[in-house]
Amino acid sequence: SPVPPWPPAAWVHLLETVSPALTPLPSAPLQDIRNTVGNIPMEWYQDFPHIGYNLEGKKIYKPIRNKDELDMFLEKMENPDYWRTVQDKMTGADIKLTDEQVDLVHRLQKGQFGDVHFNPYEPAVDFFTHEVMIHPVTNRPADKRSFIPSLIEKEKVSKLVHAIKMGWIKPRKPKDDTPTYYDLWAHEDPNSILGRHKMHVPAPKMKLPGHEESYNPPPEYLLSEEEKLAWEQQEPAERKLNFVPQQYRCLRAVPAYSRFIHERFERCLDLYLCPRQRKMRVNVDPEDLIPKLPKPRDLQPFPTTQALVYRGHTSLVRCLSISPSGQWLVSGSDDCTVRFWEVCTARCMKTVPVGGVVKSVAWNPNPTICLVAICVDQSVLLVNPCLGDKLLYGATDQLLESYVAPEEERVQPVQWATATMEEHSKGVRLVVQHSKAVKQVTWHGKGDYFASVVSDNSNMQVLIHQTSKRWSQNPFRKSKGLVQCVLFHPIRPYFFVATQRYVRVYNLLKQELTKKLMTNCKWVSSMAIHPGGDNIICGSYDSKLAWFDLDLSTRPYQLLRHHKKALRSVAFHKHYPLFASGSDDGTVIVCHGMVYNDLLQNPLLVPVKVLKGHVMTLDLGVLDVLFHPTQPWVFSSGADGTVRLYT
Amino acid sequence: YGGAEPQKYERGSATNYITRNRARKKLQLSLPDFRRLCILKGIYPHEPKHKKKVNKGSTAARTFYLLKDIKFLLHEPIVNKFREYKVFVRKLRKAYGKSEWSTVDRLKDNKPSYKLDHIVKERYPTFVDALRDLDDALSMCFLFSTFPRTGKCHVQTIQLCRRLAVEFLNYVIASRSLRKVFLSIKGIYYQAEVLGQPVTWITPYTFAHDHPTDVDYRVMATFTEFYTTLLGFVNFRLYHSLNLVYPPKIDGQADVELKPAEGKEYAMDSESYLEKLSALSASLARVVAPTHEDEVEMDEFPVEGETAEQMDARKKEQEALEKHKKLFEGLRFFLNREVPREPLAFIIRCFGGQVSWDKSLCIGATYDVSDPSITHQIVDRPRVEQQVVGRYYLQPQWVFDSVNAKLCLPVADYFPGVLLPPHLSPFVTEQEGDYVPPEKLKLLAMQRGENPGDAGGVSVDEESEEEEEEEEEEENDKEEEEEEDESEKEEEMKLKKMEEQKTQSNKVRCPVTAGKLRLEDKQRLEQEQQSEEKRLAIMMMKKREKYLYKKIMFGKKRKVREANKLAAKRKAHDTAIKEEKKKSKKARRA
Repeated sequence: SPVPPWPPAAWVHLLETVSPALTPLPSAPLQDIRNTVGNIPMEWYQDFPHIGYNLEGKKIYKPIRNKDELDMFLEKMENPDYWRTVQDKMTGADIKLTDEQVDLVHRLQKGQFGDVHFNPYEPAVDFFTHEVMIHPVTNRPADKRSFIPSLIEKEKVSKLVHAIKMGWIKPRKPKDDTPTYYDLWAHEDPNSILGRHKMHVPAPKMKLPGHEESYNPPPEYLLSEEEKLAWEQQEPAERKLNFVPQQYRCLRAVPAYSRFIHERFERCLDLYLCPRQRKMRVNVDPEDLIPKLPKPRDLQPFPTTQALVYRGHTSLVRCLSISPSGQWLVSGSDDCTVRFWEVCTARCMKTVPVGGVVKSVAWNPNPTICLVAICVDQSVLLVNPCLGDKLLYGATDQLLESYVAPEEERVQPVQWATATMEEHSKGVRLVVQHSKAVKQVTWHGKGDYFASVVSDNSNMQVLIHQTSKRWSQNPFRKSKGLVQCVLFHPIRPYFFVATQRYVRVYNLLKQELTKKLMTNCKWVSSMAIHPGGDNIICGSYDSKLAWFDLDLSTRPYQLLRHHKKALRSVAFHKHYPLFASGSDDGTVIVCHGMVYNDLLQNPLLVPVKVLKGHVMTLDLGVLDVLFHPTQPWVFSSGADGTVRLYT
Repeated sequence: YGGAEPQKYERGSATNYITRNRARKKLQLSLPDFRRLCILKGIYPHEPKHKKKVNKGSTAARTFYLLKDIKFLLHEPIVNKFREYKVFVRKLRKAYGKSEWSTVDRLKDNKPSYKLDHIVKERYPTFVDALRDLDDALSMCFLFSTFPRTGKCHVQTIQLCRRLAVEFLNYVIASRSLRKVFLSIKGIYYQAEVLGQPVTWITPYTFAHDHPTDVDYRVMATFTEFYTTLLGFVNFRLYHSLNLVYPPKIDGQADVELKPAEGKEYAMDSESYLEKLSALSASLARVVAPTHEDEVEMDEFPVEGETAEQMDARKKEQEALEKHKKLFEGLRFFLNREVPREPLAFIIRCFGGQVSWDKSLCIGATYDVSDPSITHQIVDRPRVEQQVVGRYYLQPQWVFDSVNAKLCLPVADYFPGVLLPPHLSPFVTEQEGDYVPPEKLKLLAMQRGENPGDAGGVSVDEESEEEEEEEEEEENDKEEEEEEDESEKEEEMKLKKMEEQKTQSNKVRCPVTAGKLRLEDKQRLEQEQQSEEKRLAIMMMKKREKYLYKKIMFGKKRKVREANKLAAKRKAHDTAIKEEKKKSKKARRA
């Protein structure tokens, strides 16, 4: 069977283009089935049984096509005219092309003219020659305007002349023939430099590329997967590198950098939009910043190591006190007991249950009296521990018993009562009953007076008691804020009252306020006075320690921020130039605090040792610190229920 | 009493600054014109110290210029030109609208133009100032010269940029002032030392740009306008400093050589001139014919306060520099067509080498591939089919690394298809405590004249590897033996256990000298004491100083951390590679 020389699809296309020539087919079938729908897309009819309308307005039905693939194939194989059969889109009928039509298609395909008889190469005939002839082609006489001077032109010329006269039209500028580039800096005149040039800040140069920008960087500069992810999630402005380091095997594999123009543009923006400023860069050796202090080794003695641990308390040990001889230590705890220890052996000599949380203890500083004041709830107990010299504590008992009540009862803010038998056996001698809970008790240096602080908001916060006369008084008429702690001056008749932010100094003799110290702290927690009496330290809950020189000013001479957490307690040594502070961060910091006798030299403060040992319990570390009266030893009590001695 | 109350913001810093909008109004310019003016005159905003005061109480974000700067702009001649140009555009539009072509022609003839010469002189009063600020100008010109000739900006600008860039390259070749080159992923960095000033610029890789839409080309074009003026003047001066003709002319002899042999026109004369110039293969014509006796030995004047050692060092440095300049002298290179021609030709010529390429690639090829005198052929293919004996086939990185190392590196690492050693940045100078990649250490050793790192290191590595392998083999043997005699296995186990016990007991008996330990303890104690003293002293620092100290220490620690991180990464990478090697060796053996 003949194989068609080109695919049938091409056929259909061709037919569309030549259809006007094909419509009046000489070999058209008998019936004239010309479609009247016109030049429309025939797929509009694809869902209908008919394909259009004939000249009489009757529907032209689509020819029945029930041939399947196999039939089609067979026809293709068997029909010798298959290759020249095309389907008329307008009628849907199969048309066999005649020889002439096939010929036409062939010619068109080759790009030849459709008409066989058309000769494209006919000789050219010139109607008008290019040569100028003596005779005109037309016989029309010349226009009049061709030989009369034009008025319009005259007007135009006169206008131009006028404009030139008036200087409106200028002749063309002569071409500038100076070279574009010449030696601009031929005469560098230093005087011609503008003054403002000195103020000019040249733009900083672009950063030079590092190893990571190389097309083949060392492998350590490539980002790992996580780093890449982190890089992508960062803000573009925050990124340290504005590109991801990449490695290419060879130079040929390196692509164009897509942000090149961007980077140049950003540089341009920086150059004309960024404010410029000269900034002084601090170029300091950090070692130079560290102050030159005397070496701690030269400031010995001071406690350096933990020597003893006094175990026994089952709860926080809030307060400590030591006998004036330095032989006995007393500690009060939240487990409602007071324990008496022998300092050198860490042996618990005595345990006194007091039936309440012990807020404060204070050993009478008078060496001839053996008496301890203990704050429990609303009362202050005066306890004779019966330790040490029997004569001594016997004498104390005698002294207390020798009290004769005055004839007329005086009105007192507190009640004095002698202990009951049961209490007496435990050592309690006197009970000073307050109206509210007592939080601190402190002795005067002579050992007769003591002051107590009541947690109250009224003017009854501070009370001063006299043991020998069993008499109490309230020194203040007005409340000046929440009193944190009070202190007697060791030598002179001064009395220190620390409220939350201020320390007030009262003269007890004159009964007046002498000074008000600003601590610069948020909340004072504790206070201690130098044995010389001219310097005070205040610890505060905002982890500051303020050193006041009373001769200098009412503001701190120095504010030390050594601790990381709130300070609970501060203490001075009686003889050595040492002070210590205990804090919630579990450390005790011992500082050398030298006070000179001449008034010109300021005190020298040097931290000499950070003592650690207490275990953090309930976010509390060290609750109280205390120096031994004669040795350079420091005691600390902690929230872990221990008392430690550092020597 | 007596006069009005002094108004606020009429004195002090509020009067020294002016907002951008007010400045614009004062100059009577539109925002684009104002921007152009600022760019051309190099006026930048200032950040006032008390922004709120200057802003008259408001805290809105505003750009402030110094009032002095704006007053300085007021009597700038090109401000008037801007206005003239505005009028010109208006007239032209009108003429176009009326189709008055003669008027259009006339107007176009009288198009107002301005020159930037005086601005260049004013911004850079001395030539050195101009050289110092050349980095951006060069980078911009090189970028613009790679733009397509259609669209983004005027063709003339692009052609001018290309011309100036090529002229500068030719100058660098003639003066041999190139010092460092770096192939980065962004482009190629070059650093030249022009009259003692380091000038760094970057060129993009030669690919078509996909032009971003969020870039304002007008701003870039304004910068380029200024930069081309600057670069033109700088080029002029530089050429004259070398006694070269400007605009550059190719040496007469070379010009003859460059003429195409077949006698057919290569391109239009104006174009072929630039093409020949950009081929970078010919030397330039001089105003005065060069004579070799020109090179006068410099007299040495001892600088005051300089010791003999310093002088020696300076002399040595000078010698090293001279040597560096003649790095490729006597070498003949041939560039394959897949290699970027212009950068390589530029670099090789800068260091005195001769270079050529395929004739069909570019004009200016001086010799053929088959030339037997070629010593190095630069190739960027995995392998070369027909190798000619007597020349090295090398990857382009060799040229760059050699220039940076200031010596011709051993070629073995750079053969085609070989895994290249890392390409390091020559711009990094490691300070103490910084991380130094091992390749750099090797390079530094090589520069010092030592050569143990390369041969010795590798051999040691190999030996150790071999040893390890041997051990493994032994282990394998053991395993095999054990498999062979399984019956005796239990007995052996018992024996082994006993042996182990014995060895352990032996170990326990081994005495430990106490003296040494004490010594260490002492040292440690002392150290501890010192560190504690330091800690205590730090506690006593003032708040501000402490803050500063902590900041400095934080920065230092971060640096150390980063260096450690890089070192750890490198170590991990090296071990991984070693193991892979071992595995592959095993696999091969199996």
